[in-house]
Amino acid sequence: MQPVPCSSLSEAPRTMKIGLFIPCFINELFPHVAMATLELLESLGCEVAFPMEQSCCGQPLANNGDSKGACDAARRFTGVFQQYDYVVAPSGSCVSHVTHHYDWYIADDPAYQQLKPKVYEIIEFLQDVLKLEKLPKPVYFPHKVSIHQSCHGLRELHHASPSELMIPYQSRLENILKLVDGVEVLLPERRDECCGFGGTFCVDEPELSTAMGEDRVAQHEATGAEYIVGADPSCLMHMGGIIRHQGKRIRPLHIVEILTGRGAGA
Amino acid sequence: MKDDSVKHPQAAAEFLKDRAQAKWHDSAIWWVRQKRDAQAKQLPEWEELRRLAREIKAHTLSQLDDYLAQFEANAQNNGVTVHWAADADEHNRIVHSILAARQVKKLVKSKSMLTEECGLNPYLEQRGIEVVDTDLGERIVQLRHEAPSHIVMPAIHLKKEQISELFHKELGTEAGNNDPTYLTHAARANLREHFLTADAGLTGVNFAIAETGGVVVCTNEGNADLGTSLPPIHIASMGLEKIIPKLEHLGVFTRLLARSAIGSPVTTYTSHFHQARPGGEMHIVIVDNGRSDILGNEDFYQSLRCIRCGACMNTCPVYRRSSGFSYSYIIPGPIGSTLGPSRDMKKHGSMAFACSTCGSCSNVCPVKINLHEQLVLHRKKAFDQNLLPTGKKMGLLAMRFLTQHPALFDLGGKVMRKVVPIIPESLTRHSAWSRAGRDLPPMPAQSFKEQYQQRSQNKQDKEEQQ
Repeated sequence: MQPVPCSSLSEAPRTMKIGLFIPCFINELFPHVAMATLELLESLGCEVAFPMEQSCCGQPLANNGDSKGACDAARRFTGVFQQYDYVVAPSGSCVSHVTHHYDWYIADDPAYQQLKPKVYEIIEFLQDVLKLEKLPKPVYFPHKVSIHQSCHGLRELHHASPSELMIPYQSRLENILKLVDGVEVLLPERRDECCGFGGTFCVDEPELSTAMGEDRVAQHEATGAEYIVGADPSCLMHMGGIIRHQGKRIRPLHIVEILTGRGAGA
Repeated sequence: MKDDSVKHPQAAAEFLKDRAQAKWHDSAIWWVRQKRDAQAKQLPEWEELRRLAREIKAHTLSQLDDYLAQFEANAQNNGVTVHWAADADEHNRIVHSILAARQVKKLVKSKSMLTEECGLNPYLEQRGIEVVDTDLGERIVQLRHEAPSHIVMPAIHLKKEQISELFHKELGTEAGNNDPTYLTHAARANLREHFLTADAGLTGVNFAIAETGGVVVCTNEGNADLGTSLPPIHIASMGLEKIIPKLEHLGVFTRLLARSAIGSPVTTYTSHFHQARPGGEMHIVIVDNGRSDILGNEDFYQSLRCIRCGACMNTCPVYRRSSGFSYSYIIPGPIGSTLGPSRDMKKHGSMAFACSTCGSCSNVCPVKINLHEQLVLHRKKAFDQNLLPTGKKMGLLAMRFLTQHPALFDLGGKVMRKVVPIIPESLTRHSAWSRAGRDLPPMPAQSFKEQYQQRSQNKQDKEEQQ
């Protein structure tokens, strides 16, 4: 079966145009995750544009109480991306800031209200908009992976059922990995505890943040996994810093890198 | 009393120096979270109960003045004396005047975070009245001259060995006998003496029912019941948000409270007090102490729905790894980190930042308070009141500027990627990122923007060639 091209979807009679949103720290530190996202979308037949005038979504400003900075960033984001049919990013936390917290700053902006329902985290986009049932090219990834749910992806975007809520279990990351051959999916003890990154929290409270990260890495490691797989580069960056410092073997890996078939080399 | 000059990051770093103790603290409290999950899972209607509890509280708060007046009238009809205290000081004066007028020498207290909030114990002790806390955990921290480190498990920061040592010194138990049953019996015998010789008893209030004028106290040790039935005087101190409209609403909360708090289906005792025992007297002191201000605040009024179960503390990865004493306000953890800054931003501002915004607290909360969002909303106040450290504020203002100037933002990123790899490790080792055990991420040669531009250029060249 051929992948379903975007243009054939019933919601979009014409070719839909995707604005690729690459959060600032991914742009600088994880360009390979951004490239994997771009290639994956293109190989699924999507027309993807990457507006060069984008910058930060404003989450660090908002989380430190700078309402004016957060408001300006939100308006800028809206202006940059409002022309697209969809906006897609490989980061649950940044997408969640746009879709769940811009209302604190620019709820009265009609352009934002139009844009909001069109902003998607990549896994959500693949599952809910493209209804992906098959990867563009078959991927064989014969490795054990431990799933890391990022807090905002989990509790704000509902990537999975949070362990606190008494609702039926589902997990987007586990579901999409079913499309990959050979992969063995594992869950750590305390399946969705925070890794301790928390944006500027990681430097406001370095000892506590690192302690949280060390515990989290140890829990992932205890599953016997070779990779910690998640959809949020910020958590992966945090745990990666601890893994490198401690010289551990387990590796953080963005799920998009597996889906494009580039994972094992990363 | 609590040291309210504590700043969370430093206190947490200090607590984490003993990693073994910190890990024990984390595991002990996580165990309670797991017990809570196991109990909640047994009720198919759990999420529906949370929704109902939230709505009952939201409704009550929306007409709190009416319900308070109704409660007062019904309590007075039952023969209870109702007092109103605008702040902590007035609460303490009222309690003292009741006790002083009746020559009370000894007061037995069952757990009340409100009296901790008001600083009642030192107030009465300075005026010659002995105060004995009668919950086991509360008694332990009282003997250690400490504040509670948790609102439901006040002595959760202590191991049995530390309690054995304390009891040996204070109650004369055998040195080195760490048997919990032995220690509990010793505390029980000691407390029994105090119950029998007390002149008055004071309790907190879990729920006050407007339609009956009665108050409900939930305990596991029965100490509230002894403390109110042996001495002739019962004083119940309550925050004005404790009201629920009707008795029929109580079941929603009692089903949620013990399950959320300690993972038990119900508290051992759920005691209803409507009037004094024959020959005695009963007083209810309704305390505002800043609550009206919170009620009038659009961002924070939800925090008044709190039923003080402590579930947010048990789930909080920050609380579990820093303990209650790392928080400057008397109530620690997520709920304390919104109530504290609401009370005094200057004193308790650091609490609003002691949070990775993971949001687990908002999900366990039985009355669905948006706790983690409230903390972020408090940070707005901290920023606006200029309470952020200067370096951080400068950094944010630079970030604000760069966000609006992508070319400069990208240039800054490029400089970072080129410079970081050539800085000697001896200089980065002490940075906030690295100092506790994290390496910097590898710096890629090109940003995605640079790669993308190159890719577009290559594509264009190829097309031109064809």
